[in-house]
Amino acid sequence: MTTIAELPPGFADKVLSAQSTFRSVMDAMARPGSVQRIVPMAGAPGPMMRGTAAIALTLFDHDTPLWLDARMAQSSDVTKWLKFHTGAPVVQDSSIASFALISDGGALPSFESFALGTSEYPDRSTTVIIQVDSLASGRSFELRGPGIDGIATLQASIKPFDLFERLHMNEALFPRGIDVVLVADDAVVAIPRTTRVVSKGS
Amino acid sequence: MNAPTYNFAYLDEQTKRMIRRAILKAIAIPGYQVPFASREMPMPYGWGTGGVQVTAAILGPADVLKVIDQGSDDTTNAISIRKFFAKTAGVATTTATDQATVIQTRHRIPETALRANQVLVYQVPIPEPLRFLEPRETETRRMHALAEYGLMHVKLYEDIARFGHIATAYAYPVKVNARYVMDPSPTPKFDNPKMDNCPALQLFGAGREKRIYAIPPYTQVVSLDFEDHPFEPYRFNAPCALCGAENSYLDEIVTDDKGGRMFVCSDTDYCEGRQAAGHHGSLSAAPYKEKAREAANG
Repeated sequence: MTTIAELPPGFADKVLSAQSTFRSVMDAMARPGSVQRIVPMAGAPGPMMRGTAAIALTLFDHDTPLWLDARMAQSSDVTKWLKFHTGAPVVQDSSIASFALISDGGALPSFESFALGTSEYPDRSTTVIIQVDSLASGRSFELRGPGIDGIATLQASIKPFDLFERLHMNEALFPRGIDVVLVADDAVVAIPRTTRVVSKGS
Repeated sequence: MNAPTYNFAYLDEQTKRMIRRAILKAIAIPGYQVPFASREMPMPYGWGTGGVQVTAAILGPADVLKVIDQGSDDTTNAISIRKFFAKTAGVATTTATDQATVIQTRHRIPETALRANQVLVYQVPIPEPLRFLEPRETETRRMHALAEYGLMHVKLYEDIARFGHIATAYAYPVKVNARYVMDPSPTPKFDNPKMDNCPALQLFGAGREKRIYAIPPYTQVVSLDFEDHPFEPYRFNAPCALCGAENSYLDEIVTDDKGGRMFVCSDTDYCEGRQAAGHHGSLSAAPYKEKAREAANG
C-alpha cells in the first residue's frame, strides 16, 4: 500500500511552475494545433504523463470535479496523488465533470456523456484531457478556426482514430461543446470547440 | 524585489487557478463572457481591477509589462498598476509597445502593430454590450444564447434616424467569429479594425461585473453596421501637433480660454518614438530641446 510519503512529488516551485504551465496551456488554447512544451516537472503517478500531471497541479482544485477513465481510476497511485496534491473530487458521473482525464483513448466514451454546457452558460462544459502517443509524428491533420492564421498542420498519433470525426459535433452544438487538450509526455496541443479539421493526410 | 508579504503577482494560487480556468474557456468561446469570482483588489472598481486580475493570473517572471491608460504610459492609473506589478511580481516594465510581452490597457489599442507573442489585457467597466438596452442579466444572457441581436441594430439605426450617421464613437459593438456580439470596452471606434485578425491574444477583464472574455489571435472581429451606412473609424482631421502623424488617434487638448487647442497622439509611446525618429509637428518641442541640448553641450 502506498503511503503519502511514497507519492510522487508535486511542483518544486508551486507558484512559478503553475504560471509557466498555464501559459503553455493558454498558448495552446489560443493557437489550436500548435505544439507547446510544458517545462516544469512534477512527479507523475502510474499511467499519468508528466504533462498531464503538470496541468492537473495547475488547474485542478476543490472546485473542479474530475472524471477519470477506467485505467486512471483503477490506479490508486493516481487517485491518491490527485487527492493529496489537488484536492479535486473524483466523480462517477462524467456529465458534471469540469475535467476528464483519459489515458486510454481507445476507450474514450462518447463526448455526449460529458458536460456540453448550456446555451446560456456554454463555459460550463468538460475539458477533456487525452493522453496520446505522439504530437510530433503520425497522421497529419489540417486545422482551421479562431487562433489559426489560415491553416495549421498537426502531426499526431492519436487514439481514438476518429477523434476529429467525433469532434464534428462541436460544429452543430456551438457555442456549446467540448474542448480537448492532447498531451504526449511534455507536449500539449489544444483543440477548442471552434477548431475544424479541413483535411487529413495519411 | 518581491514584497515578502505578498504571493507572486499579489493573488493567491486558488484565485489564480479559478481565473486561469475562466481564461481558457473564454478563449475557447470567442466573445462569450465567462463569469468568474472577481476578488477585491487594493484599488477601487473602475481603476482596472478586472484587467489587473487577468494580468496577475497570466504574468510570469520573464514577462515585460506595459500599462497604458487612454494610450498614455504616464497617467496615474497606468503608473500605479505598473508599480503594483513591479512590486508584487518583480517583473520588468517598459513603455515601448514592441518590447512588451503583456500590455494592460484602459481604452486604447497601441498604434504599433501587435505581434504573436504579445497578450493585450483590457480593463472593462461594463462588459455587456446589451446592458443599456436591456437591464436584466437573465434577458441579455438569453439574447446571447439565441444570438438575438436585433436590438443592437435598432439602437444603431436610431442613431442614423436621429443624427444621420451612426453616432456611437466608443465602445462600438463588434461581432466576434460571426457569433457573439461583444463590447470592445470603451476604446474609440478608431481602434476597432485593429482587433480583427490580430496576431496577439486579446483578453478582457471586468472586475466589478465579474466577467472575463477573449478574442483568440487571427479571429474575425466585425464592427456592426448597415450596407448603406458602413462602419467608419473616426479621427480628428488634423496631424499630431508634436510628431505630425496623419494616421494615429488624436486627443484634443485645450490650451487657453480663447478657443486655442492642439491635437496630439493619444498613444504617447508611438508619438515619442516618431519624434525620436525625427518627425516633427507644428508645435513640436523637439527643435527647442535640440537647441537646449546644444547650449548645454556648449
